[in-house]
Amino acid sequence: MSTPPSADDQFYREYILDHYKNPRNYGRLDHPDISHEEDNPLCGDVVGMDFRIKDGVIDDIRFHGRGCAISQASASLLTERLKGIPLDDAKRINKDDVLGELGIEISPARIKCALLPLKVLKVGAYGLAAEDEE
Amino acid sequence: MYDVKAVRRDFPIFDNGLAYLDSANTSQRPRQVTGAMMEYFEKFNSNIHRAAYHIAEEATDRYEATREKIRAFINAASTKEIIYTRGTTEAINLVAYSWGRANVKPGDLIVLTILDHHSNIVPWQILATANGANIEYVDIDDRGELRQDQFRELLEKQPKLVSFSHVSNALGTINPVHEMVAAAKAAGATVLVDGAQGAPHQRVDVRDLGCDFYAFSGHKMLGPTGAGILYGRRELLEAMDPFLAGGDMIKTVRVEGTTYHDLPWKFEAGTQAIAEVIGLGAAVDYLDGLGMDNVLAHEREVTDYAYETLSDIEGLTLFGPPPSRRAGVISFALDGIHPHDLATIADRDQVCLRAGHHCAMPLMTRLGVPATARASFYVYTLKDEVDRLAGSIKEAQRIFK
Repeated sequence: MSTPPSADDQFYREYILDHYKNPRNYGRLDHPDISHEEDNPLCGDVVGMDFRIKDGVIDDIRFHGRGCAISQASASLLTERLKGIPLDDAKRINKDDVLGELGIEISPARIKCALLPLKVLKVGAYGLAAEDEE
Repeated sequence: MYDVKAVRRDFPIFDNGLAYLDSANTSQRPRQVTGAMMEYFEKFNSNIHRAAYHIAEEATDRYEATREKIRAFINAASTKEIIYTRGTTEAINLVAYSWGRANVKPGDLIVLTILDHHSNIVPWQILATANGANIEYVDIDDRGELRQDQFRELLEKQPKLVSFSHVSNALGTINPVHEMVAAAKAAGATVLVDGAQGAPHQRVDVRDLGCDFYAFSGHKMLGPTGAGILYGRRELLEAMDPFLAGGDMIKTVRVEGTTYHDLPWKFEAGTQAIAEVIGLGAAVDYLDGLGMDNVLAHEREVTDYAYETLSDIEGLTLFGPPPSRRAGVISFALDGIHPHDLATIADRDQVCLRAGHHCAMPLMTRLGVPATARASFYVYTLKDEVDRLAGSIKEAQRIFK
């Protein structure tokens, strides 16, 4: 598909770009049990998630939004992880998990992009107060 | 002949190959500016207007010398009309507070523009809420230029205040300030011009312009952060109450009440940014040495070149007017690549590029984009830096294709 990234292309690894260009679980759910959206006013990134919950398990999930490759790929990766797992397990996902999944060095300027989807999960699905994830 | 390579040698930050294309955000500072500040710290560091020893006299002289340099730089009638602030934001807030609270009445109209920076919107929104006034915004046309027909219609409603930018920080649009100020004055309005992107880049003559207030920042014109200017017409400043109150802005303080200091010190409470003001004076000297007409011509040449270079790139959308009516700012978007991703890739090539809403969210909403990438130029910008930007753009397109 695309030219192999050069050695210094750490930030934009193939799978990050793949999740950006071909996002998994993208779109909206009809009548979701939970729906929440957050934005990052500094750069205009937006991520929203719709959840369907069955017997305490995330039965289905979709995300929507727009923004940079990091925020959108991070959202795509997170939905893959969330789909089919119990809410209690989802609750334990933290910023290290999300950053580990991205697998790249994130500069301080871009960390808010990477963690925006986690904020959607926490604030939306669990009603936790928005906390600074930095 | 303008020798940009010689200019660059005065800026140590370029010694290691940095391409800096974010001068509309903050400019770099030449040795002459940092040297003047260092001289203060090392040779006559002391507080001004107070002490009766010689280094304090030296500090006071240098601090006040900047005021005369600024007066001449914008051709104000008197140094009494030159107020030091921390920057454009504080200057506009000063007017919104000291002039606005006393003069804007319930039902009054404030006219702003959709092109404006948040610092020329939010202080007026706070004032409008506090005093019960209304705000209307002049829209832009498809080229990013203010709709003058709509501006004239709004003036017919006899606004109390009209405030707009000299040059748009986000699009680079040079507004027809002379015509707009004249029309607004004829309609009876008080007029503030946000010159944050104006004064650093072209010759400004506030008396010729005819505005009541003109605000600008030192850090966008080779000076340090923390020192900016409010120019105000003397009659208006005389009639205004102080903004911040405290030491140095008073004549006598008694428990029954206080008499304020004369202009301009009435508006300069507390210990001032002495080193920064001295640095700003050195920045003005530096710009005077280059000649503002040369500065403008150089920026125009680089901007024309950048406009042409970027226009040739497929999948790139340029925002704003043609180069002839644009200052050294180019805002653009790439198909399928978010500005932040471009900025990250450019950063790896040592190209500093701004990505975001440029503190102009109403404008971004109007343009229908969440953010843009922005390159901006100044006295030291090389065409080679523009070529390096084009290289980073092509690299981003390769990565994202």
